[in-house]
Amino acid sequence: MTLLAFDWILLIEKFVLIAIIVSVSLVIAMYETYAERKVAAFLQDRPGPNRAGPFGMLQPLADGLKLFMKEEIIPNTSNKFLFILGPCLAMLTAMMTCAVIPWGSHLELFGRHIDLQIADINIGILYVFGVVSMGVYGIMIGGWASNNKFSLIAALRGASQVISYELAMGLSLIALLMLTGSLSLRTIVDQQMAPGHLWNIVYQPLGFLIFLVCAFAECNRTPFDLPEAENELNFGYHQEYSSMKLGFYLFAEYINMFISSVIMATLFFGGYDIPFLDESTLNPNVAALLGGAALFLKVVFFIFLFMWVRWTVPRFRYDQLMDLGWKKLIPLALANMVVTGAVILWLKK
Amino acid sequence: MQALTNRGKEVERKPMSFWESLYLPGIFKGMAITFSHLFKKKPTIHYPEQKREFSPVFRGLHVLNRDEEGRENCTACGLCAVACPAEAITMEGAERMPGEENLYREEKYAAKYEINMLRCIFCGLCEEACPKDAIYLSETFAPSDFNRKGFIYKKEDLLIPDKNTDPEGYAKARGSKK
Ligand code: SF4
Ligand code: SF4
Repeated sequence: MTLLAFDWILLIEKFVLIAIIVSVSLVIAMYETYAERKVAAFLQDRPGPNRAGPFGMLQPLADGLKLFMKEEIIPNTSNKFLFILGPCLAMLTAMMTCAVIPWGSHLELFGRHIDLQIADINIGILYVFGVVSMGVYGIMIGGWASNNKFSLIAALRGASQVISYELAMGLSLIALLMLTGSLSLRTIVDQQMAPGHLWNIVYQPLGFLIFLVCAFAECNRTPFDLPEAENELNFGYHQEYSSMKLGFYLFAEYINMFISSVIMATLFFGGYDIPFLDESTLNPNVAALLGGAALFLKVVFFIFLFMWVRWTVPRFRYDQLMDLGWKKLIPLALANMVVTGAVILWLKK
Repeated sequence: MQALTNRGKEVERKPMSFWESLYLPGIFKGMAITFSHLFKKKPTIHYPEQKREFSPVFRGLHVLNRDEEGRENCTACGLCAVACPAEAITMEGAERMPGEENLYREEKYAAKYEINMLRCIFCGLCEEACPKDAIYLSETFAPSDFNRKGFIYKKEDLLIPDKNTDPEGYAKARGSKK
């Protein structure tokens, strides 16, 4: 009976983990919308939403309800199947990246060793890259299926922007990978946690900067929010969308922001590592929870950074965007890569 | 070309220096500025809970006045309707019957008196035109409503409460007006 030999508890364990992580990501994305409005308001000397519940905490629920109650419109001239597929794909790819992220070390419950990670695959970063670059299909398909000039232009812009910035992002990561020698996110975190080893940001400051800029572009956030430039493209690729399909697009953007914050924290800021503390001396359960909290704090900081930049920097022009991507970031990333390689060779000799 | 004012500034079109073309210094400077705004005092007035003080000459919702004995002042002369630039006032006069002297001060009174608050521009000309001191503009806003009908204020809505039977309501409607 090979069927019975299968570790059923592992299956249940992973299932619970997936449910928890997905719902946590959704709740975080929800509260990101609230945080976005609050941060925007505070940076502009306004109080922000403060009517629904204490401090307006229930505002995201009200927004969600509003989106659900809105009339669902599918334009006559659109390709119906693709029109619906677009937002679904955007949402799906946004959620899929959570699978390989280590959210904490491990718990020990009921005598079992539970890794706080859905799947520790040894090509973690490649997987994230693959899934994230699929996200642009959500934009492309949505924009194309709307059968509207603005949406189409926005979709094309989005696609070319994401492709250009993915290059620089990949190149900046290669330098990091030369250091770590592993593609698995958990190994990368464990290396940074090891005593005597500093966070990767210390070894790769330029790489981090390039990665950060590219992350802004990948998430379509200001100053690179050209696909949805309100004043030139009428909201861009989701112009024809209404109700929860629009909500999916907006939500996917916030989840993407959350995920890229996690990735940045994991790759460059030690993931669930707590600085100046040797976690191995603690009870593993306590260490896992503290580590999760540390990761959460780092992520909150990055999310705040995303918003802070959004409400500070105006949008780039399209030619400036391409100029920055191809003529500045890619050469810079290449140089960073070469220098890192040379230094590694020189030190190992 | 001669400048209209002396405040015009020449637009600089020289190419960015290397430092500027990095964008980052400029971005950091901007971010420092926005960050400092996080801690600034917010000038917002939280409306329904907090209200801004009105000036004594504020012109708000209309009130139809009563005299010392609680009788309606208005005699339906129509001068306010004539004066009104927005044509917001409609009225119908009626004759005072014997025995109604305690209700109406003059021999003729307004049986119907309506002001359309959507038309009204709160200019206060009705108040100025009235020979009987029967209408004045109070210190309150016209509250919002879901349909247009709600903005046509009837005589019952406009009439001030009787000073003798409901002194509190009277004082409230009167506000700080003399
Ligand atoms: S305030 Fe002006 S517009 Fe309004 S009813 Fe009086 S006269 Fe007409
Ligand atoms: S409010 Fe004054 S002006 Fe208007 S009808 Fe009455 S008495 Fe005449």
